[in-house]
Amino acid sequence: MTDHPADAILVVLETTPNGELASSAAGLIAAASGIGTPVALAVTSPGRAQSLADGAAALGAERVLAVETTSTQSELTVPHVDALAAAAAVVAPDAVLISNSIDGRDIAGRFAARTGAPIAVDAIGVSRDDEGVLAHHSVYGAAYTLDSAATFGPLVVTVRQGSVDARAEARPVALESLEVPASGAASAAIESIEAVTESSSRPELRGAKRVVSGGRGLGSAEKFALVEELADALGAAVGASRAAVDAGYIPASHQVGQTGVAVSPQLYVALGISGAIQHRAGMQTAKNIIAVNKDPDAPIFDVADFGVVGDVFTVVPQLISALAERKR
Amino acid sequence: MKIIVLVKEVPDTYGERKLDLETGLADRAASEAVLDEIGERALEVALAHADAHGDTEVVVMSMAPESAATTIRKGLAMGAASAVHIADPGLAGADLGLTARTLAAAIRRTGFDLVITGNLSTDGSGGVLPAMLAELLEVPNATALASVEITGGSVSGTRNVDGGTMRVSAPLPAVISITEALPDARFPNFKGIMAAKKKPFETLGAADLGIEPEDLSVPVSIMTAVAEKPPRTAGTKITDEGDAGTKIAEFLIENRLV
Ligand SMILES: Cc1cc2nc3c(=O)[nH]c(=O)nc-3n(C[C@H](O)[C@H](O)[C@H](O)COP(=O)(O)OP(=O)(O)OC[C@H]3O[C@@H](n4cnc5c(N)ncnc54)[C@H](O)[C@@H]3O)c2cc1C
Repeated sequence: MTDHPADAILVVLETTPNGELASSAAGLIAAASGIGTPVALAVTSPGRAQSLADGAAALGAERVLAVETTSTQSELTVPHVDALAAAAAVVAPDAVLISNSIDGRDIAGRFAARTGAPIAVDAIGVSRDDEGVLAHHSVYGAAYTLDSAATFGPLVVTVRQGSVDARAEARPVALESLEVPASGAASAAIESIEAVTESSSRPELRGAKRVVSGGRGLGSAEKFALVEELADALGAAVGASRAAVDAGYIPASHQVGQTGVAVSPQLYVALGISGAIQHRAGMQTAKNIIAVNKDPDAPIFDVADFGVVGDVFTVVPQLISALAERKR
Repeated sequence: MKIIVLVKEVPDTYGERKLDLETGLADRAASEAVLDEIGERALEVALAHADAHGDTEVVVMSMAPESAATTIRKGLAMGAASAVHIADPGLAGADLGLTARTLAAAIRRTGFDLVITGNLSTDGSGGVLPAMLAELLEVPNATALASVEITGGSVSGTRNVDGGTMRVSAPLPAVISITEALPDARFPNFKGIMAAKKKPFETLGAADLGIEPEDLSVPVSIMTAVAEKPPRTAGTKITDEGDAGTKIAEFLIENRLV
């Protein structure tokens, strides 16, 4: 067996429903390389390990441990946890970094419970001091920052998607396959997976540099198209308030806020959004906030760098043509 | 069927939420405490099942300071048959590992076919507890369900994961978590509030569950620093006089955002 680096940080790679390396990998590997030597774990269907290893090495993984199995297609969470437990046993990492995605949280939770390792959730970054690995958090709608650490032993950290901008240098591919004893832990059965391919070429909301969001003020799913039009003019991702999601203007994956996605873009444009505290919790760390709202007392103006009291249906079309004018 | 719903008292997100800068814990005096909305939705899933299936017993359970009893009682007023409140000063500031071990012990003690939780609480945003509980209870987890079907022996539903929609099912006993795609909870009515006063309300300490909160041989996650960020301030606000669209474009250009 290969010797693993003493300062190994184990990174759990995620794959898309189509089996490709998920976009979370780059940030996780970069975060790991900032505090130690990134060793990545790829749990994938037979025949796919090499391409994942190539991808992970290009993103800076020193070594990739691969488990090829069909069980991840039929069993929820448990096969990943069994693989992670096996990987942690051989690597003895200082920390385990996992994406704070729905599946990542489950893997992290079960792994921490199984091994008794302390867990730090929804970190926006990691660092290391004399005593070990620290996780950094932004809580209560970014009103506070916290650091957390393990009293001893490895720390399991779920990392907020899109929160790490750094990228690590590519390294040569080093693939090692890993034997995994099945734990026999009970798992839910996956009956079907339908990949939803976003029908557009718009940027992903998580980690987007620019976001244009619409709220209940847009009035209908048809009229919500105005939000998308401005987003396209700015090359921005599309976001929404919960009220817009509840009204069916746009799928829930676009919800920005406390119970939706937390974004921290260069530019955030809020259209017809009142700026309820739960919405602000997910966007108030944006560098520049622009708001358009009919109501001069809407709380969104309290956090806007540039606020317009006006009707989105007159202001936004004018903005779109001004932007088009400039391009010409 | 016995369904345990985990609920949590959280600072009301409609108010200002504060952290104690000494301890890093929620400053409970600073804001109104409410039952977390997602926990109410989880309870609604259980109560809706109980409405249609007479042999269903719904228990609300919470690990929270003693002061949370009134909030937990709201679960009884909404329709749960009994409540279990784990209140122990030694558990204040418990990390996720200790929280999961304590809740798992209480869940085992109460007995269950199904545990329902919210997918994420509004104060912690951890979202790892359901999977931790499933591991400790040695049962399947089906998390982040946007729809739920409960039958005599199984639970199934859909989950919207990154890049796809997944259908999952698990035999009971199991742990599930639900998302806010599920319906709003019912309001407690007068009859429910009166009935709640007579319902069993059990209060347990860590020792009752065989849990030793200060076991130093177990690694825990600790807070090493906490700081408050200065609030954001408002910038320019104009009223549209027919040229606001152009003005926004100018703002974007000036600030090199286009
Ligand atoms: C536990 C919990 C979690 C929550 N999580 C989230 C979350 O993650 N994200 C989130 O967004 N919300 C969340 N909410 C809901 C939140 O409280 C608000 O209800 C929601 O954000 C309101 O959305 P809105 O601003 O689109 O709608 P509204 O508050 O109804 O505001 C619509 C705005 O549009 C303006 N308007 C109307 N017509 C026009 C027009 N023609 N031109 C310009 N302006 C117009 C109105 O003046 C108004 O200000 C949560 C609530 C709770 C209790």
